[in-house]
This record gives sequence, C-alpha cells and structure tokens, in this order.
Amino acid sequence: MVTLTHYLALSAILFTIGVAGVLVRRNALVIFMSIELMLNAANLAIIAFARHRADTGGLVFVFFVLAVAAAEVAVGLAIIIAIFRNRGTVNVDEINMMRW
Amino acid sequence: MNLAGFAILSALAIASALSVILQRNPVMSALSLVVTIFSLAVAFLSLGTAFLAAVQVIVYAGAIMVLFVFVIMLLDLGRREPFRMTGLSRKLIGLAAAAAFFAQVAASISATGVLGAKPPAPLSPGYGSAADIGRAIFTDYLYPFEAASVLLLAAMVGALVMAKKRIER
Repeated sequence: MVTLTHYLALSAILFTIGVAGVLVRRNALVIFMSIELMLNAANLAIIAFARHRADTGGLVFVFFVLAVAAAEVAVGLAIIIAIFRNRGTVNVDEINMMRW
Repeated sequence: MNLAGFAILSALAIASALSVILQRNPVMSALSLVVTIFSLAVAFLSLGTAFLAAVQVIVYAGAIMVLFVFVIMLLDLGRREPFRMTGLSRKLIGLAAAAAFFAQVAASISATGVLGAKPPAPLSPGYGSAADIGRAIFTDYLYPFEAASVLLLAAMVGALVMAKKRIER
C-alpha cells in the first residue's frame, strides 16, 4: 500500500538531486534543468498532499505552477541566449563579472 | 497503486534525475529530464489526476523540453563541459550540502506530524478530472487564471525582446 510518505520521500529525493545539480554543474543550461527538476519534485509533493486531503485547490495550484514554469523557461532561455551572444560561453564560472 | 509498481516508477524517476545532473552532454541531460517528466506523469496518474498527468506531458515534455533542446542545438554546445574540470572539492561540497539539505527536509517533514497513519480523505467521484479542475479554475480561482494569462503575455514579450538580435547602427 503506497502512502503519502512514499510520495513525499520520492519528492524529497528528486528535489535533493536537483539541488546537487545546481551546486555541482557549471553549464547554465544544466543548472536550469536542475531547477526544473526541483519544480517537478515540488509539484509531486503538492499533488500527493492534495490527494491525501481530497482537495482540488492543490491541483489548481499545480496547474498554475506548470504555467509559471513554462513562462519562466521561456524568459530564462532567452536570457541565456543573450548571455551566450555577449560572452561566448554558458559556463557560469566564466560569467562572474558584470563588466569586464 | 501497489508497492511494486511504485518501486519501479520511483527507481526510474531517480535514475533519470541522476542522469540529468551527471551527463556531460547537455542534450543527454535534456532527454533524461524528459524521462523524469514522463515517470512523474505516471505518478500523477496514480494519484488520481489524469488531467494533470496529460498536462504535464503536453506542457513540460512537449513544450518546455523542446524549447531546451532547441536552445542547446542553437548554441551548439556539444560536449563543451568536461566534467572532470569541476574540482573534486566542489563535487564533495555539493554532495555534502545536498545530503545535509535532504536530512533537514526529512527532519522537518517528520516533525510536522503529517506522516502519521491517517487514512486519506475520501475522494469525490470526479476528483482530478478536467471538469473538476476546470470548475475550480473558473469559479474560485478565476483571478489567478486571468493573472496567469497576463503573465504568459509578459513572458512572451520579454523573451522576444531578450533574444532578438540587436541591429548595430
């Protein structure tokens, strides 16, 4: 029998993997993908709680989180493209000065 | 959902999530994230919302990840990040920080008491369907719905402005 604890544990593990990805990787796109992984883990936790309490508001919240994530990815990738055009790299170790 | 199915599902999700952060080629990371998204969609399905599972696949795997792959191909990065260039000390610090974070999250959640053996509340017959969520969006949550549409418009304008080529005068 799969309980709430199982889903929360899976969500926590995925979120932690996303945190490790943000801390360890140096490619801006992979960092961004780790952030999306964290968002997905949070969505799983919200839906698990909504199911546990038979609440539809949680599902509506996840719906809006999905919409916000789509908007955020569009703007974030546009920023990464602009940075790549200016600096020639997406390695965050080399993009550490506002002005060179 | 029985425990064996959930074990397979979570193994797939965790393996693909590890592949996202460990692959050198960013295209392989993007494809691994697609696998993670699909396994999470199956998890959403097992939690009773077929509608959100479908929306997850359509929006996340079908639009967001396609955008990622487009940008990776556009920037033509290839295998430009040799993973061994990241020093061992940074990897160890990252792993230690992630482990400490996980311990903190686990401690916080168990301290709240929601993990007790309380049975889940009984579901209404149409729970999680498109009709149920749609009814909630267009009555109780109408204002956030309209605000989200303005947000999408703002994001579209912002992305266009940021990404278009500047014309040198």
